[in-house]
Amino acid sequence: MGRRVAAVGAGMTRFVRRAQETGKELAWEAARAALESADMTIDDIDCVAMGTAPDAFDGVHMKSEYLADGAGAWGKPYYRTYVGGGTGVFSTIQGWWQVASGQFDTCLVVAEEKMSSTQPHPQGAFITIFDNMIERPLGPNLLWIFALEMNRYMQVYGIDKRDIAAVSVKNKRNAADHPAALLGDADITIEDVLNSETLAWPVQRLDVSPVTDGAVAVVLAAEHVAKKTAPTPVWVEGVGWHLDTAYWTNRDLVYPRYVEYAARQAYEMAGIREPRKEIHIAEPYDPFDYKELHHLEGLQLFEKGKAPEAMRDGVLDRDGDLPSCPSGGLLGVGNPIAAAGLMKIAELYWQLSGQAGKRQVPGDPKKGVAQAWGDLMQVGTVVVMGR
Amino acid sequence: MTPTRDLRSVDETQPTTFYGPASLTNAEFRRAVGAVDFAVDARYAWDTGVAISRFLEGLREGRILGRECRSCGRTLVPPRMFCEECFRPTDRWVEVPDRGTVNTFSICYIRWDMVELEEPELPFVLELDIDTPMMGFMHKLGQVDPARIEVGMEVEAVWRPEPEREGSILDILYFRPRDAALRKGARQTAKKKAGTKPSGSRKRSGAKRKAG
Repeated sequence: MGRRVAAVGAGMTRFVRRAQETGKELAWEAARAALESADMTIDDIDCVAMGTAPDAFDGVHMKSEYLADGAGAWGKPYYRTYVGGGTGVFSTIQGWWQVASGQFDTCLVVAEEKMSSTQPHPQGAFITIFDNMIERPLGPNLLWIFALEMNRYMQVYGIDKRDIAAVSVKNKRNAADHPAALLGDADITIEDVLNSETLAWPVQRLDVSPVTDGAVAVVLAAEHVAKKTAPTPVWVEGVGWHLDTAYWTNRDLVYPRYVEYAARQAYEMAGIREPRKEIHIAEPYDPFDYKELHHLEGLQLFEKGKAPEAMRDGVLDRDGDLPSCPSGGLLGVGNPIAAAGLMKIAELYWQLSGQAGKRQVPGDPKKGVAQAWGDLMQVGTVVVMGR
Repeated sequence: MTPTRDLRSVDETQPTTFYGPASLTNAEFRRAVGAVDFAVDARYAWDTGVAISRFLEGLREGRILGRECRSCGRTLVPPRMFCEECFRPTDRWVEVPDRGTVNTFSICYIRWDMVELEEPELPFVLELDIDTPMMGFMHKLGQVDPARIEVGMEVEAVWRPEPEREGSILDILYFRPRDAALRKGARQTAKKKAGTKPSGSRKRSGAKRKAG
């Protein structure tokens, strides 16, 4: 299992629709904030792990190399991993294994995304996720695959759209307490979501997270460093990742098997036998409202098709039995792809170390799980954290 | 490293120190700051490979072809020359019926760049009428009132007239309900219906219609 690894600091930029800052400048702002939070300087950092989604968003060749200076990687061992939307959580796994292996004592994990550069819309770059020979000739857009998965999920389990819309409401309300949020809204209602423009039925505008620019950074440290310098280290207790087949029309989209496999790997490493009882906070990936419910089921926190019921019963609220996306998630804080995933790790760090301010989950939470998803309903990345 | 910090000094209304960025509207982006524009002029022409080129040839012949794996017994559509579960070569080509059921569907009102469509597009996942469960591909529905589409609805392929076929997924114009009573505009010919599809979808996709 390697050495114990802890998060000892985290920082982020505000998430905005269009930032004046370049990606490199965003990475710098996040990295600087994380180092300050950890009471460290760049000289304390042994290596840097970068997470950032496709180069096509930026139109910049080898984007991670372009971002390196801003991420604090000058003169240091550095590389980037990329697993679509799963990247942000995976970047933490990347940082974890560099420290757990014993190779390095500290790792600065940085995730950046600047989606606003793609004209006229980042969907132009997203279209390339579809099969180039038998899907792209049909003229698809990115929403299709979500609409198809969401409808399958709703139809198989007979889910009421209201229970799904409630997720969007919960997250945008939670985000009203997040100082970095793009779409926090304390007054939003289920009716607002249900009355928003239908884009690709059953997907409506407020079911979807926004196009966003932003960056997040987290400092990871080996146990002997963390214990010496951090007042409240939050340990990376389990990591898991899994990839399902790209033949997405050859499997049932109703259930995210790849999340289950990734979660089981992470729970086993963390020694968690009954996740529903042992996990106090969940930060599942919520680019669309239904996906949060879908992922909670994949994370073994609810039976298949039962997460909507938990939403209805208030279980997932910030003061509920299993708070889900207390940060405000992608729907509320925003969705700069890779940065959004690392924001979930940062939120667990803040929550579990008692630094979440107005967003603090009551009841002294000790264990949390963060998860991200990516590509053709394919990638599951999961991290369990605790103190 | 600097000495251990006292956590109580942290401002509890803030998650941590965070900086910027300066948020811009589209107008500010263009006027106040300026912008550098660039378009990547990259075009692609793909070899369709061993399996898909045969699949596309089948479509030109008006047939849907799959590959059978004798080890797991599955018929694979879209076809591949290897079985990803058994990780061995697949064994033979089989023709499958050009019909099946709607596994899931959407009613899409916008184009990829968020511009509203005049007529909604009806993407769906086809589950083929074969022994292997959950086997099929994505296509579009046609000749149907969107309000009447249901998961589990039986559908059949409407083919482009033979002389017009080019060895493309678009050699199937769309799938329509097998139950004639569920069809909209049943008197329309396939060709006429094709003309009513939202125009310019191929241009929008940036992909050439002919895949081979």
